[in-house]
Amino acid sequence: MVSLDLLLNAIVAGILLGGFYAAVSLGISVSFGLLDIVNIAHPAFVILGSYTAYAMNRFFDFDPLLTGLLFTPIFYALGEVVYRLYYMGFERKGEESLRGLVFFFGMLFIIEVALLLAYGVDYRMIEARYVGQSFHIGVVGIAFRLLLPCLVGLMVTVALHLFLSKTFYGRAIKAVSQDSQALRLMGVNPVKIKRIAFALSIATASLAGALLILIGPVEPSIGREYIGRVFAIVVLGGMGSISGTLAAAVILGVVESLTSTFSGPSWAPAVSFGILLVVLAVRPAGLFGR
Amino acid sequence: MRKTVPLWVMLAVVLAAFLLTRLGGNRYIYFAGYFVLQYIVLATAWNVLGGYTGYVNFGTAAFFATGAYTALALILAFKATLPVQILAGGLTAGLLGLGIGYLTLRLRGVFFSIATLALSVVLQTVVSNWAYVGGGRGLSIIRPKAPELFAGHAEYLFVVMVLLAAGSVALAWWIENSWLGRGLAAIRDNEEAAECMGVPTLRLKLFATTASGFLMGVAGTPFPYYVTLVEPGSVFSLDYAVNSLAMPMIGGTTTWVGPVVGAILLGTAQQVATVTISSELNLLIVGIVLVAFVMLAPQGIVGLVQRLFHRRSR
Repeated sequence: MVSLDLLLNAIVAGILLGGFYAAVSLGISVSFGLLDIVNIAHPAFVILGSYTAYAMNRFFDFDPLLTGLLFTPIFYALGEVVYRLYYMGFERKGEESLRGLVFFFGMLFIIEVALLLAYGVDYRMIEARYVGQSFHIGVVGIAFRLLLPCLVGLMVTVALHLFLSKTFYGRAIKAVSQDSQALRLMGVNPVKIKRIAFALSIATASLAGALLILIGPVEPSIGREYIGRVFAIVVLGGMGSISGTLAAAVILGVVESLTSTFSGPSWAPAVSFGILLVVLAVRPAGLFGR
Repeated sequence: MRKTVPLWVMLAVVLAAFLLTRLGGNRYIYFAGYFVLQYIVLATAWNVLGGYTGYVNFGTAAFFATGAYTALALILAFKATLPVQILAGGLTAGLLGLGIGYLTLRLRGVFFSIATLALSVVLQTVVSNWAYVGGGRGLSIIRPKAPELFAGHAEYLFVVMVLLAAGSVALAWWIENSWLGRGLAAIRDNEEAAECMGVPTLRLKLFATTASGFLMGVAGTPFPYYVTLVEPGSVFSLDYAVNSLAMPMIGGTTTWVGPVVGAILLGTAQQVATVTISSELNLLIVGIVLVAFVMLAPQGIVGLVQRLFHRRSR
């Protein structure tokens, strides 16, 4: 007999976790879903964000969320550099598929090993006043550690959704994936639009990284666990649909939370892969795909 | 006649390696040699799929670990001999490749890559939860006595690995020069056109995934005897995925020569670097060299050399 309290707690924790997963996946949703750039290094950029938050907190006593926000322009610039390299090396020559993947895999590996050299294999965490607190609604306990990342994740999701559907550049980003030729006829340079969109996707990694280190301790290779998660979410969410990404993130969060509550946390990483395989085998267009 | 050439070369190489071990010499040479040879098998295996068809496999560690853990389970259960382990480990990994390929190869190649990337994480989760093979903490095993012919384990495993490396290179040579290789190359160049011309693309891709997985599994099977302590962290190390992909990419992906050149160069360099500088730093160098090659010299070393000769002959 499953205890109702346990079940309720697991579901609420899963929904909160889902909000955070959305923040991590948004970048991939833009780069992979909209631009067709398979940036498997995205989780590594998220970890880079976590370590930035860690270092700023350690040496200047900055709040991790403030760091995450302050560093978005720097990550945006980093994203521009990466896209320029990618464009020069692969996209311009039309060789993006195989070699582009290897390029991003190399980036992932370089970031991971560089962080390993700088910080070692130990888990790092941040002590902020609000991290350890929690409150109760009925039998359900809500930890600030999970609530805050969820709220910030939701805000980023809404902001990105508004940007993509209301502004000129946002609409251009959506258009570039569908018909870049038509975009060119409208007097817009598709390469510039792609560069902006890709840089934006990396910029979200700064905030997502700050959220990640709020949720729990971080070490350099933890990004690999997120590769399966983010791609499962993006594919399940229908590739590039922002609201679909959020819904898929919440689904994955709840399933993972239930799994760790009832069969042990060590099984949680397997959930996303199971979902990914089932979606790819049964409905590759995702739940909300066109 | 020409078809049997690689077979004779293979036998000659193995015999030479065996005679070398009879000469004695520093045991570390064989230990380090095993490391390089293991990467010849892995790089060749990766290239059968990645180089010939253009589908990128990021899950080398998963297939390698499937071989290693199959071997370990067989040792624990039946005290199986090494040839049995090699065959069983290879077959299990081959089946894994077939399964993953069947689920994802009908879609765009990207999905196959993502699935293999996630596969390592999942298998590591499964193995870490499997107490019989040591779980997350790992398990140390005691090696049985090496056969009489060999001076010790280092020599024995070295010769076994020479045999496996020569065998996989011969297999790659055979695939490349048969109708299979031409079909695979057609897929790499233009899959739709190949399909229209009547090339059975899905079946060929499944063959390549299975063969590639089989060889990767084979490379992992002697691993328990090589290290004697088998723990998930080292078996599922990202190094395998990076190296097995970097070696063909740096050597050149279109022929069987490329992975061998890449594996010998990078493998030897890493053995030297691990002794002289830190092992993390040398991995960082591998990553940077990989990105540099994939951007600037996509044909690899073999391609560069070929271009040099073409220019001379003109």
